[in-house]
Amino acid sequence: MRDYKPILLLEDDTVDAMTVKRALRDLKVTNPLVRVANGEEALVYLRDETKTKPCVILLDLNMPKMNGIEFLKIAKADDKLRRIPAIVLTTSKDDQDRFATFQLSIAGFIVKPVDYIKFVEAMKIVNLYWTLSELPNTEQENTDAKLTTDTACR
Amino acid sequence: MRSSRPILLVDDDNAEMMTVKRALDELNVHNELVHHLDGENALNYLRNNADKGPCVILLDLNMPKMNGVDFLAAVKANAKLKQIPIIILTVSDDEDDKIKCFESCAAGYIVKPATYEEFIKAMDTLDAYWTLSELPFPDA
Repeated sequence: MRDYKPILLLEDDTVDAMTVKRALRDLKVTNPLVRVANGEEALVYLRDETKTKPCVILLDLNMPKMNGIEFLKIAKADDKLRRIPAIVLTTSKDDQDRFATFQLSIAGFIVKPVDYIKFVEAMKIVNLYWTLSELPNTEQENTDAKLTTDTACR
Repeated sequence: MRSSRPILLVDDDNAEMMTVKRALDELNVHNELVHHLDGENALNYLRNNADKGPCVILLDLNMPKMNGVDFLAAVKANAKLKQIPIIILTVSDDEDDKIKCFESCAAGYIVKPATYEEFIKAMDTLDAYWTLSELPFPDA
């Protein structure tokens, strides 16, 4: 990734979370990986002022308590969280999930390959793209109040 | 790109358009490149082609009539268009521009590299990512 901030992973499955961690390690991605098990826990982390905001959010869709789509609806309506790019990482190939999450302005929708080697290749492309792309400063206030009220990517 | 729908490029500079077109050709990206010179014309194009719109939008920021930031906000405020991923492709390295674009949920912000060799590498990475990623519409 372009900056040193953590990557926030929303994933209820411990084995899947370990696979992401292993792939990032194999790719020598040095950003810390913060894993939470559902949308509710993610919001607690993101709203904790003592925690560093992540550079990107990787999220699964099917999770208990608060699923990925419910989480996106809240995060994309929150002025302080909206700017963090959110990338869906899921096994769901459901057309409705895909359309609903793009309507919530996600920055990518990756269907997880089952094979580990292919999964690492996919994560390599994700890492390359988010190293090429700039990332938003998550600490700086947006001074343009008009934009905040006009923007409707939620 | 994963989809065969066109790529929309919004850029007021025809020379830049030629560079993007050349890079896509060299990378064997076969999507049609639809080009508009400003946000106003691009928005009209999108409104008139809602059913067969672009798979992604590549957007410059400094343009006459309607600039990139205003265009981005207008697309993301339109329920029929907001799902289209918009990637900023600009020379602006300005922090305020980056924040404004990500607040309007840009799906990437690429500062155009100075050399063509670096530019083609950037376009290759961009193409790989949006080929790996699903896109909102089923393929036409």
